[in-house]
Amino acid sequence: MINIVNLHAEVEEKKILKGLNLNVKAGEIHAIMGPNGSGKSTLASILAGKEDYTVTEGNVEFDGKDLLELSTEDRARQGLFLAFQYPIEIPGVSNVNFLKSALNEIREYRGEQPISAKDFLALVKEKSALVELDSKLASRSVNEGFSGGEKKRNEIFQMAMLNPKLAILDETDSGLDIDALRIVANGVNKLRSPKNAAIIITHYQRLLDYIIPDFVHVLYDGKIVKSGGKELALELEEKGYDWIKEELASNAD
Amino acid sequence: MSNYTENDLEKDLQNQEYKYGFVTNIESDKISVGLNEDIIRLISSKKEEPNWMLDYRLKAFAVWQTMTEPEWGHVHYEKPKFDEIAYYSAPKQSKKYESWEDVDPEMKATMKKLGISMEEQMRLTGVAVDFVMDSVSVATSFKSKLSELGIIFCSFSEAVKEHPELVQKYMGTVIPTSDNFYAALNSAVFTDGSFCYIPKGVRCPMELSTYFRINEGGTGQFERTLVIADEGAYVSYLEGCTAPQRDENQLHAAVVELIALENAEIKYSTVQNWYPGDKNGLGGIYNFVTKRGICERKSKISWTQVETGSAVTWKYPSCILKGDYSIGEFYSVAVTNNYQQADTGTKMIHLGKNTKSTIISKGISAGKSQNSYRGLVQIHKNAKNARNFSQCDSLLMGDTCGAHTFPYIECKNPSAKIEHEATTSKIGEDQLFYCKQRGLSEEKAISLIVNGYCKEVLNQLPMEFAVEAQKLLAISLEGSVG
Repeated sequence: MINIVNLHAEVEEKKILKGLNLNVKAGEIHAIMGPNGSGKSTLASILAGKEDYTVTEGNVEFDGKDLLELSTEDRARQGLFLAFQYPIEIPGVSNVNFLKSALNEIREYRGEQPISAKDFLALVKEKSALVELDSKLASRSVNEGFSGGEKKRNEIFQMAMLNPKLAILDETDSGLDIDALRIVANGVNKLRSPKNAAIIITHYQRLLDYIIPDFVHVLYDGKIVKSGGKELALELEEKGYDWIKEELASNAD
Repeated sequence: MSNYTENDLEKDLQNQEYKYGFVTNIESDKISVGLNEDIIRLISSKKEEPNWMLDYRLKAFAVWQTMTEPEWGHVHYEKPKFDEIAYYSAPKQSKKYESWEDVDPEMKATMKKLGISMEEQMRLTGVAVDFVMDSVSVATSFKSKLSELGIIFCSFSEAVKEHPELVQKYMGTVIPTSDNFYAALNSAVFTDGSFCYIPKGVRCPMELSTYFRINEGGTGQFERTLVIADEGAYVSYLEGCTAPQRDENQLHAAVVELIALENAEIKYSTVQNWYPGDKNGLGGIYNFVTKRGICERKSKISWTQVETGSAVTWKYPSCILKGDYSIGEFYSVAVTNNYQQADTGTKMIHLGKNTKSTIISKGISAGKSQNSYRGLVQIHKNAKNARNFSQCDSLLMGDTCGAHTFPYIECKNPSAKIEHEATTSKIGEDQLFYCKQRGLSEEKAISLIVNGYCKEVLNQLPMEFAVEAQKLLAISLEGSVG
């Protein structure tokens, strides 16, 4: 699905990613954990195409294409979705209008006809139930006046509507209470299929109780320094990150 | 195939910079440049006007000569040279067409390009249109149907001849000739415009619309509109404007007077798209317009404007809330891009008791433009329980433009309630990134964000106009972010 090879990136001449490798296949869920400032959100932003970052080395292949050559919107149209850590408000634009526009641009890109009003409404109904999103929120302005939990649920709702090949969840669990967390995780699990994949960026093991990852990676100082199964997340929860730092230091000696 | 749509869109947007910039190749009857009493007499005689009309003009001219051009607006421009303007230009053989078949094919083509399909409107009911090109009204549709209801909808010149009693009774009662420099100039040299009278208790069954078009170079356009809604009447009136692309600045100085008698309602909507000048600020229309309405008891006047065109705009559609329980509303979107300048807003003059006014102003500035809101809420001492709500929002795109707000409040009655809210925001890179991440192109994203921002105003427009306005907003702001 996505193959990241030796990715180096910087922002304002500060090196953030320093040779990151990650290969995610269809049907897999990968969790990326790591201490603050290790480059987790930067990775998400770069994959989505945010312009503030400069890739200095390496390449990323997404579904057979050179991802870094594609514009932000084309990446989205090719099936890459980013659930934002801080979803943005767009006053006066209703959620459904926003999604309909997005969905139709994606369909147009793929040479498909615009979705009919009837099909669209049915889709909204189906997908908003998936994340237990109040139908009132679907017609309200995008994220405007939403609570923190509602914003995150709205991200998953949008993801469900756009049905991406690869979803990147950037700290979707931050700021969620346990109920909201369960709902969000539930939504993600229902969307799981052998055809799509997800990268889940998180600080805490908690979310991974609900979304069971196939792989867990530790990102530290711009590189993936340790990979393992879901038990790695539990180990990190228990012992923190210091032991990994120590391990790295002793390896370097 | 996917490439096609992308390129197509890009091309479309490039070509759509100002799609009304063409000139109609039609012979015109244009008088020599300059402004003096003789010219005014000439205009009046060309229009075969009665003496009272000529007197009105000459008095206005005398007043105008004593006045100086206002300089308080937050706009900078080279003042028009009033001696170098031709004050009258009419498409030749411009006698009013008796039937659609008589209309000059060139003229028909122009209307078609402008999206005014009178032919279609002949068949479908919907909007009655008066088309004013340069100085004269060229065609009015649906006249006979309207006249069955006693509604008069015709060119201003025709009203002067056919309905002198109404014109004499109401013209200049809301905006006296001495009101301001441009109103005085208009009163002296106006050439045509629209006239509308809705009789007592009649609800006009269709939107009335006037389409203004400047075609000739070296001319000014000075039209006059007078709308009278008699007791209990209702009318929704639309106005659209475009002009060819020229390097010179052309002056447009209109006067619009609205009269809402007891229990009447007038909704007046404008989509102003005069040529704004090019990317470097060359050319464009000076749009110096005086618009005002007077409300008698329990009547309502609602101004809605979407201003995207003109190099310089100076315009304050206002309401005099004379009658008790009368209501004034002003909904405005003003967009400036490149080197455009706009100083626009409203005046709500509360004279009667329990009068109410609402002001919603949305400014959008991009490029190197300057966009100012200027508003006055005035509560007179007898206006017990007057209420006003004002909201003035500014949206900035990029960091080389300016947004300014000049709200004035004068309150002489302690029972008044006045609220004023103002915000300034920027279209963020974050908003754009969010939209693009969902698959939206930059153009579509900007259009969504801007339309969302203007929603309260666009909702006030009649459906067809709203769609047009949305497209216009997108085109006007093309390429203004990033």
